[in-house]
Amino acid sequence: MTTLSSKTAAPRSVSGWRSAQSKRAIITVLGWMVALVIFFPIFWMILTGFKTETAAIADPTLIFSPTLESYQAVHARSGYTRFALNSVAVAFGSTFFALLIAIPSAYAMAFLPTKRTKGTLLWMLSTKMLPSVGVLVPIYLIFRDVGLLDTRTGLIIIYTLMNLPIVVWMLYTFFKDMPKDILEAGRMDGASTLQEVFFLLLPLTLPGIASTGLLSVILSWNEAFWSLNLTSSKAAPLTAYIASFSSPEGLFWAKLSAASTMAIAPILILGWMTQKQMVRGLTFGAVK
Amino acid sequence: MTKTRASGRTVGGLRTLSLQAPAVTLLLLWMIVPLGMTLWFSFQYYNLLMPGMAGFAGLENYEYLLTDPALWKAMGNTLLLVGWVLAITVIGGTLLAVLFQQEFAGRGIARVLAISPFFVMPTVSALVWKNMMMHPSNGVLAWLAESIGLPAVDWFSSLPLTSIVIIVAWQWLPFALLILLTAMQSLDEDQVEAARMDGAGPVAIFFFITLPHLKRAISVVIMIEMIFLLTIFAEIFVTTSGGPGLATTNLAYLIYIRALLDFDVGTASAGGVIAIILANIVAIFLVRMVAKNLEE
Repeated sequence: MTTLSSKTAAPRSVSGWRSAQSKRAIITVLGWMVALVIFFPIFWMILTGFKTETAAIADPTLIFSPTLESYQAVHARSGYTRFALNSVAVAFGSTFFALLIAIPSAYAMAFLPTKRTKGTLLWMLSTKMLPSVGVLVPIYLIFRDVGLLDTRTGLIIIYTLMNLPIVVWMLYTFFKDMPKDILEAGRMDGASTLQEVFFLLLPLTLPGIASTGLLSVILSWNEAFWSLNLTSSKAAPLTAYIASFSSPEGLFWAKLSAASTMAIAPILILGWMTQKQMVRGLTFGAVK
Repeated sequence: MTKTRASGRTVGGLRTLSLQAPAVTLLLLWMIVPLGMTLWFSFQYYNLLMPGMAGFAGLENYEYLLTDPALWKAMGNTLLLVGWVLAITVIGGTLLAVLFQQEFAGRGIARVLAISPFFVMPTVSALVWKNMMMHPSNGVLAWLAESIGLPAVDWFSSLPLTSIVIIVAWQWLPFALLILLTAMQSLDEDQVEAARMDGAGPVAIFFFITLPHLKRAISVVIMIEMIFLLTIFAEIFVTTSGGPGLATTNLAYLIYIRALLDFDVGTASAGGVIAIILANIVAIFLVRMVAKNLEE
């Protein structure tokens, strides 16, 4: 990713070259300083996770003897695995259903457009702009009455619907980018719609579908309005588990840090990998 | 494609309809049912603690809510929170996008580090800041202040809303940076080079070329952030619980208090309707912009 080749205009004189060099040095220092300051809280959290509780609240220092005791404690005492499994089930479950429902819809919009397609697409996006808090009361009451409170199924339903507009939107843009001739050729060879979708469209747009799925996983994993309001113990995902550290008796910084590091690590890495596609999905294509 | 369509528009239309039916039906239900219920409840006397007291309330819930000083305090906090976070993230994001657009050693890694906070779940960001950064005696900021001879700040008791603003801005600055950096990539380098040849300094280039180019991306960032920031919840829930007093209660948190702590469904729903109206005002502009983009 880092390009060390100097592709700037050829320096005309030694002094020009010098000032370009010093400008580059200033920018390098500034860029790295800003990046490190922004990243510092995350770095510090990762570091604190390897400290003892006493070292965690001592004066800040980079020199300490690292220990895994907080990680062991988080696993043994609070049942981290259970919450992590809830997060995995909810994030991947909702992503699976969102893709399942969105693929036919995006296919229709991209390849069989009608007069209403654009309107439908915009309407779908507008449902995403409905504030969750505006429908908290009815959703809570419905969930209470049908027994979906504090269940994984309940969260999966909410997250599927919450991410559906973005998933449809992203798939639509990926499908539209696909060369139409290939599908046409398939049809000429007598492929049915199903064959066309399974043997041509899906394999060819797999990278796009994968990054759409990743975005949906990331958004569900980090969602913290519905998870805090609709789950308590059984189905609580990591967002809700971490929130339990906010109570005064739960203030153990090293354990909080260890649990947090484990909770964000997978998503941080996925996020780094899918930055570009994130922009596509999060801005609904309004920024290219 | 044209061939199959030529056989009859109605066939294509029917197929489109059946393929879209699941997504459209679900989203329609997801939108209409809760929305309708919120609207309905907002005109009802409905308190879960007083089951006998049910019935049509007319506008009384709205009247009760709109004359409640807590609502205006919460609206004020919401505005302050949205306004400050927007100012910090948009101005900061623009400057950082310019910085990270320059070539320097390790730029790719520096960018990734700077974008990272956006991928951290809100409960983690809030608790890491509250404890390890902003703790009045053991936090990193207190240690920094003391090491240069300044008194440590007790962030959450003396500057509660500012603390929330800092945490939320830290989460959303990377979002603005990510979007604006993407928009920067379509900046015409030749135009910049030409301006430079004509003797334009970096400041002039920023104001007359870069900023106009980023105009649309900046407005997208503002609108998307507004929609999310109007209903910030988790960060407040795990740090201040809306306090001290009502100092950090925003509209979303007030609705939560009314609904799930006071069990006053009617008033909470009236609050929900207000939140929806506010978000829709922003959404109209955003949808228009997306629609314009679809035309191109």
